[in-house]
Amino acid sequence: VRTPDAGSLALLPAGAHAVVQRLRGGRGLAGRLAGMGLTVGSRLEVLQNQGYGPVLVRVRDTRIGLGRGEAAKVLVEEVHP
Amino acid sequence: VSAAGKPILIGIAGQPNVGKSTVFNLVTGLSQHIGNWPGKTIERREGSVPFDGTTLRIVDLPGTYSLTADSAEERIARDFILRERPDVIVMIANAAALERNLYLLAELLMLPAPVVLGLNMLDVAESQGLEIQPPVLAAALGLPVVPLVATRGEGVLPLLREALRLAREPARFSPSRPEIAAPHRAALAQVRGLLASHVPGPYEPGWVATKLLEGDREVMELAHGWLAEGEWRAIQALLGTHEDAGLDIASGWYEWIGRMTCAAVKRPYIEHVSLTDRLDRWVVHPFWGVLLLFAVSALVFAITFSVGAPAQKWLDGAGVEPLRAWVGTALSRPPPWVARLLADGVLGGAGIVVTFVPILMVFFTALGILEASGLFARAGYVMHRFMRLVGLHGKSFLPLFLGFGCNVPAVMGARIIEEPNGRLLTILLAPLVPCSARLAVLAFLTPAFFGSAALPVAVGLVTINLAVLAATGVVLSRAVFRGRRMPFIMELPLYHVPNARAIARFVWDNTFAFLRNAGTVIVVVSVLVWATAYFPGANLDQSYLARFGRALAPLGTALGLDWRMLVALLAGFIAKENAIATLGILYTSGASGAGLAETLSAQVAPATALAFLTATMLFIPCAATVATMRQETRSWRWTLFGVTLMLVIAIGAAALVYQVSRLIGVGLPHA
Repeated sequence: VRTPDAGSLALLPAGAHAVVQRLRGGRGLAGRLAGMGLTVGSRLEVLQNQGYGPVLVRVRDTRIGLGRGEAAKVLVEEVHP
Repeated sequence: VSAAGKPILIGIAGQPNVGKSTVFNLVTGLSQHIGNWPGKTIERREGSVPFDGTTLRIVDLPGTYSLTADSAEERIARDFILRERPDVIVMIANAAALERNLYLLAELLMLPAPVVLGLNMLDVAESQGLEIQPPVLAAALGLPVVPLVATRGEGVLPLLREALRLAREPARFSPSRPEIAAPHRAALAQVRGLLASHVPGPYEPGWVATKLLEGDREVMELAHGWLAEGEWRAIQALLGTHEDAGLDIASGWYEWIGRMTCAAVKRPYIEHVSLTDRLDRWVVHPFWGVLLLFAVSALVFAITFSVGAPAQKWLDGAGVEPLRAWVGTALSRPPPWVARLLADGVLGGAGIVVTFVPILMVFFTALGILEASGLFARAGYVMHRFMRLVGLHGKSFLPLFLGFGCNVPAVMGARIIEEPNGRLLTILLAPLVPCSARLAVLAFLTPAFFGSAALPVAVGLVTINLAVLAATGVVLSRAVFRGRRMPFIMELPLYHVPNARAIARFVWDNTFAFLRNAGTVIVVVSVLVWATAYFPGANLDQSYLARFGRALAPLGTALGLDWRMLVALLAGFIAKENAIATLGILYTSGASGAGLAETLSAQVAPATALAFLTATMLFIPCAATVATMRQETRSWRWTLFGVTLMLVIAIGAAALVYQVSRLIGVGLPHA
């Protein structure tokens, strides 16, 4: 059962922590993200999000820059560190 | 060295930024051979070393995060293991991001080759506040784990020893293997049952079944070909009910990784702000980061051309010119064309090749340092929001910026962009950046044509040039690469002090690649162009090149260009500066005493001058750039496409400029 109120990663401010709930955007995107450590259930920290341009997150000791379009396809639930 | 028996084949695998190439270079040293993976533009590095009474044949696999079929690199890595059946795989992992690295291990363990794990960057992991115990990890994984400090060469011999031991006794290899997530286990068994005896050759049913559940496109097509229509439909129906399997499988691998690492990795609970975090506050900042990037780019530009240009001049003056003069006199007996062929055609071309070497070496040193330090990835991240507007990756910025100096390093610099479409687009756009040779032609001719109005005209022409570059980027990325854009996902690795040997290797490999591939083409083209300008004798006026120019004259009228200007454009193919010398020969022959500048301003109408300069800026790139485009795309078709594109753009823009100038009355000829 998926969490229905999961928000998009693109909307999380810098400093927020979250757990990935869903990945939209098909197998190609999900496969590439998995190789970099970003999977459903993984915990991430937003390092930079200006509201425009790419989003920078840390997940499993890796810093990943995501285009806004890609970040919008990562659905997360914010958690408190 | 004669070694007993068959050489042992070792593949070195690893994710990007783990020090894999450092290990490969240490092991293979000067025995390296660089070729290409069949049908790919990706380099294949291989080396052989004698070791413990046998020979190790070592292949450096492309750095990949995983082994899906989504990129050429990943397909190469897994096809190597499936088809070439290495005796052992050495996987290099970055201890500072161990979990993510072990994802690749999980994928490797499904393939039929024993694996040794080299755990690199333990010192970095420690500085990040991680405590890792390799023996505990080895016990959990059930495979050899060798700690490494690749930059200091520590641990490499033990790594080879473990690899050799596994290669000799493959039966000893019984690692812990990850299991597919529970909800899909039954489906996996069913798919495997349906595949049963249909899986041929190097493929294994278990791996194929897992990849089918993951939705791997390449394996889907393969399996479709192996099976009868009925069986395939049964599998498809099964896969349809497990569409989310890919996500669960990935999560499952990480669960396994969590179990493997829980005893071996300690993470003391301290709030830890690393050097990388502190630096990134500035470097990836949307304002300061961009400013820093421009400063760094300007510095690289300044160093490349302030060190490269004098070295270039020195090489030309001390080496190439005396040699040409010597050949010219030593072979002065008839027929004279032999001496001219060698001196002007062959050595002229070789001289061009040689003079690019200093620029390339300095440029690649700078690029290598930026790449290895982690700064280059940040530059790509910061610039992406601007570069994407013209359909490019952020990483294209620095190579294109360098194009203002010279298009050759710009085209070669595109190597650093992993994503194939982004690389190709960068290669196609690089020649549209006005290089220093074209800017020199512009700087010489605008005052000659326009006197005091030279500066605004020159600035206007460069602006038009850059607008054309941006427009071409937009059109190409939309039209040619439509729907094939890869998503923007990139790792920003930890900052790192670059390794001098690795940089030296990078510089040497890239410069040598230019000499070997592009160099040959440049010499051949130089000889051909020389021949068209030299034969059938007398002077340039009567040459085949001039005849060709005259034949094109009707086309030239639409652009306002006479045959002499067309010939000057064509002569610029060898080197853009040649355009000035050619104009000098063709316009001043007979007109004694008059300087080229005066002659031109007297004879050429402003509209024609504008059209000529526009065409010069956008015309076919020089031979060296074309040869490099061919070298980097490994495709004459794309090279020809790029060249034709520029030809069309140049003619179109020149015609437009000429006709508009005439319409608004700039074009009235001097009386």
